[in-house]
Amino acid sequence: MPVLTDLLFYAFAGLALLFGLLCVANPFSRNPITSAMFLVLTIVSLAGLFILLHAFFLAAVQVLVYAGAVMVLFLFVIMLLDLRQSEERQIRILTIGTGALAVAAIAGILIRAVIAAKPLASSPGLAGETKALGRLLFTQYLLPFEVMSLLLLVGMVGVILLSKKETE
Amino acid sequence: MDALKFLDPTIQFVLFSAVKILIAFGVVMTFVAYAVLVERKVSAWIQDRVGPNRATPFFARYIPILGPALVRLGLFQPMADGLKFLLKEDFTPAHARAIYFWLAPAISVIPALMTIAVIPFGSTLGNPDNPMVIADLNVGILYTFGIVSLGVYGIVLAGYASNSKFPFLGGIRSSAQMISYEIAMGMSVISVFMVVGDLNLSRVVAYQETSVFQWMIWKQPVAFVVFLIAAFAETNRLPFDLPESESELVGGYHTEYSSMKFALFFLGEYAAMIGASAMMVTLFLGGWALPWGGGPATGILGGLAHILCFIVKMGALLLLFIWTRWMLPRFRYDQLMTLGWNRFIPIALANILATALVLAFTTR
Repeated sequence: MPVLTDLLFYAFAGLALLFGLLCVANPFSRNPITSAMFLVLTIVSLAGLFILLHAFFLAAVQVLVYAGAVMVLFLFVIMLLDLRQSEERQIRILTIGTGALAVAAIAGILIRAVIAAKPLASSPGLAGETKALGRLLFTQYLLPFEVMSLLLLVGMVGVILLSKKETE
Repeated sequence: MDALKFLDPTIQFVLFSAVKILIAFGVVMTFVAYAVLVERKVSAWIQDRVGPNRATPFFARYIPILGPALVRLGLFQPMADGLKFLLKEDFTPAHARAIYFWLAPAISVIPALMTIAVIPFGSTLGNPDNPMVIADLNVGILYTFGIVSLGVYGIVLAGYASNSKFPFLGGIRSSAQMISYEIAMGMSVISVFMVVGDLNLSRVVAYQETSVFQWMIWKQPVAFVVFLIAAFAETNRLPFDLPESESELVGGYHTEYSSMKFALFFLGEYAAMIGASAMMVTLFLGGWALPWGGGPATGILGGLAHILCFIVKMGALLLLFIWTRWMLPRFRYDQLMTLGWNRFIPIALANILATALVLAFTTR
């Protein structure tokens, strides 16, 4: 049913944009918890888009890792820190500059990907998708995969170093 | 049934799914209500009390012999409890953050109920094209973990929305606890899927259905123990009910809640317990498979026997949950964290490694 899929695509895409906007620029509330919850909704909407692409594995992992673990830690940190003072924080030029740079870079990658992509007549057959994904990760994309895990390890060591109390 | 065959396959699918959802929902809700009763009765027996034995609806006294016996067993107690929850005053404290205060109970129930969707609770009812599972997903287990991990929001938001100290501490504790034990839980099932070679829960059951010796509990006992204990922590049951430990936090995250909103948390906890039990039955205890095997059912009777078998296994695990609650004292919070991070995660990792080694040497 192509019509239903299209409708669902627009629904999920619209919701993702709407929730994303409410996450960063909510006109009704400056509450960081509200922003975090809208980010959760954005992530869930993106998972819906993945499902429409038949990428069930990605959708499940998206919800599991981002909505279920990362965002819970976000909430945890927001609740532990008292963020009331920072509500009226000034936005510095450097912040805007780096933000714009990051957005431009991601937009560039996305536009390139959209131009390079060839529209398929039907959805790609992704039967046994988890297995195929795993195989790709450990053959074709082994180097990026390992580099990424190394990056995570570095982050972890950094956190341990920062949180460890000075004993000397 | 024959009239249905003329319908469009899509409409048939939608109809069958709707019926399955309704029945599964009804069964789970009944189980929740009666799990509460069993909890009260078992606790009473363990502590040498009588337990609920007074709730008498008007018709019960007209049933000879059986009526009073059922009353003494407390069979009508869930109805009285439900009515009481619905009719009590629903109080929202003035200092609460209203939107989250209203959302939190719903958020804690919905994920618990949604996990049931991927559980194969029976083989078929005669028609092999219509398996007794609501959504036969290829990534079934990941779906469950994803949804279960959303359940923590209910508790965290309840703690935040109540805007008072004890609920807040309960919410903070639960977010740390549930994330920690989710990791141990996820790690423990990886070895199961390595043995089966598929993430689809129906395949996991198909792997185990031939006989009782094929059940995963024999092949992966370590995984089973880690999963079981992590399930206690994930469902906030004693000995790991730190988010609501009464002796320190009054009632934990639901201190400020009353009436049906409180009942929803209660319901969510039992529904999560049922979900966890169903998951364990599917992963480790052969799912709907009868102990002597036999494969998918060919008729309605065989299908019903499979569903009954599933429910019996699930009930046994639920009983274990309830029994444990009244036998063990609560852990201290640092003990809980040490157990999760320093014991279970390394054990689960070692189990994965051992399974991988065994598989590498035995297959091919």
